[in-house]
Amino acid sequence: MLKIVTAVIGRDLKLAMRRQADIVSALFFFIIVVSLFPLGVGPEPDLLRKLAPGVLWVAALLATMLSLPRLFADDHRDGTLEQLALAPHPLGLVVTGKVIAHWLVSGLPLALIAPVLGIQFDLSADALLVLTGAILLGTPALSGIGAIGAALTLGLRGGGVLLSLLVLPLYIPVLIFGAGAVDATVTGLGGEGHLSLLAALTFASLGFAPWASAAALKIALE
Amino acid sequence: MKDRFNLYRYASPATFYPLAGRMIPYFAALSVLFGLAGLYLGMLVAPTDFQQGEGYRIIFIHVPASWMSMFIYLVMAFWAAIGLAFNTRLSGMMAQALAPTGALMAFLSLWTGALWGKPMWGAWWVWDARLTSELILLFLYIGFMALTAAIDDPKRADKAGGLLLLVGVVNVPIIYFSVKWWNTLHQGSSVNLTKSSMAQTMLWGMLLMALCFWMYSIAVALLRARTIMLERERHTDWVKAELAGVER
Amino acid sequence: MLEADNLECVRGERRLFAGLGFRLEAGELLYLQGKNGAGKTSLLRMLIGLLPPEAGEIRWRGKSIRTLADEFRADLCYLGHLNAIKEELTPLENLLAAARLADEALSEDEALDALEQVGLAGREDLACKYLSQGQKRRVALARLVKEKRPLWILDEPFVALDVAAVDWLAGIISGHLQRGGLAVMTTHQLVNIPAGKVRELRIA
Repeated sequence: MLKIVTAVIGRDLKLAMRRQADIVSALFFFIIVVSLFPLGVGPEPDLLRKLAPGVLWVAALLATMLSLPRLFADDHRDGTLEQLALAPHPLGLVVTGKVIAHWLVSGLPLALIAPVLGIQFDLSADALLVLTGAILLGTPALSGIGAIGAALTLGLRGGGVLLSLLVLPLYIPVLIFGAGAVDATVTGLGGEGHLSLLAALTFASLGFAPWASAAALKIALE
Repeated sequence: MKDRFNLYRYASPATFYPLAGRMIPYFAALSVLFGLAGLYLGMLVAPTDFQQGEGYRIIFIHVPASWMSMFIYLVMAFWAAIGLAFNTRLSGMMAQALAPTGALMAFLSLWTGALWGKPMWGAWWVWDARLTSELILLFLYIGFMALTAAIDDPKRADKAGGLLLLVGVVNVPIIYFSVKWWNTLHQGSSVNLTKSSMAQTMLWGMLLMALCFWMYSIAVALLRARTIMLERERHTDWVKAELAGVER
Repeated sequence: MLEADNLECVRGERRLFAGLGFRLEAGELLYLQGKNGAGKTSLLRMLIGLLPPEAGEIRWRGKSIRTLADEFRADLCYLGHLNAIKEELTPLENLLAAARLADEALSEDEALDALEQVGLAGREDLACKYLSQGQKRRVALARLVKEKRPLWILDEPFVALDVAAVDWLAGIISGHLQRGGLAVMTTHQLVNIPAGKVRELRIA
């Protein structure tokens, strides 16, 4: 069971490494969006500190969205998705592998760069730590829920815009708890409660989303 | 085996189409009756609120619309589950027929909420937990309609839309509680439209209006379902016979 | 071994076929024929279990493929009209990755041998995006060389192949049939498969 998951992760990571431009552009999108906010609202440190959690999280949602359409589209176009669906394993496990690989190349880099961007917003060391932790904990849920949208919109006209319409409302709890964790740390309330809820969301969506995505993929492959 | 057969008989568009056609006028008439009675109670009989003045009377539209918007989403999810489990053609059509009405109810609820908010809170929009959840519900409706509209093959549209509805219905409580939590943390406005002590007549008015909206939703959903059926089954014999009858 | 019973296929608003059935035993080959749009590819997609038939049933070793699920797919090798190879990977990596995903044992030496047979010796370390269309097709076909699974379902396998490659592929397929395998394929050109019993099914 684990073998198929690791096989898919290995394959997708290798493909991502051969196409690093994709990873880098999503990352730069994140950096640019976050850096635009101080230019838009002004450089007062108090205001920026207050805005930081929300801005960083919204940018993280958008950056994740950016890479979602390609999650299944490339495999669909060249026929490998059919082969994946015909592998002698439940398709949900294959999708689990793809979701993990997607997180490794999209969510993980965001978490690693987030503290640097947090410094731009004058966040304290504590807040930076919680921010990194929250993005680490929350982005797998984004990849998982996003996979459902990517599978539902596979091969449709204007799939990218439609995908954001379907997925962004479902991202709201992650946004609330993710940004809330940082916010609570900044205001001195402690973000543990938020972080544990975020972890619960991630576990639930990683358990549930791959199977829903697999069902959607089967519909798309008919 | 016989039960199964009967179930499939009513689930078949050819039998459902005339049945729906016969039912629509009754639901429409009931909707008008309940609406008149509800508006009479709400606008004329119910006492003026000592805090909110006459402005509160918008709850006779607002609250039933909010109820219906949530209820219709559940009904759509129910149809979706049936459709995915038993592969019935009717389920997808019903879900699609209900969606615009659900979206309309969510929109009505938001609009009346804003109209009520201006005199009460002094702002058209307040990030109140209920209003925010209603807005997200509207997004979910729009997402469903956009997805089914983007898929050309009706069978795939039904299945994909159904799956989205099931995913949505699992997420709705999570979204609702997270928004509520977010709202209490940020100490947003917690003035409640319905919490103020409610007179008996107000409750009756609201219930009648809810019944009115309910009957209306059934009537228009059936009407829309009939149109979808004709469109999808235009090559079948029963639709051809039906259309020939109209021309004559 | 492979049985199809009373299959019906509806695509969009059109009924492509109904009441279609056949039975295929070990060592037999089924040619699917029919005009463009008759539903050949749809039938293949039903046989591999991706497209649920409107009515009817498909059985493998006497059991419905829907209940067998993974067990059926473990016996199935499908080659679609898309090559299912990754442009960024080399032919060797493609073969190894495909085998891993299908849970098949394929050593690097075996894979290299397969690539040599399809005439890609010396190209095994070149990313597939630098190969020609014909060469990409050969990478896809190289999967069949070491393929041990009993049921092959091939969609237009001879398209875009030169004469020598057609003969080579016919040899591979007859080897498979001689080992007791089954094959179902669509094709426009009738190719002489030397071994095995050939059946034909015309979809009207």
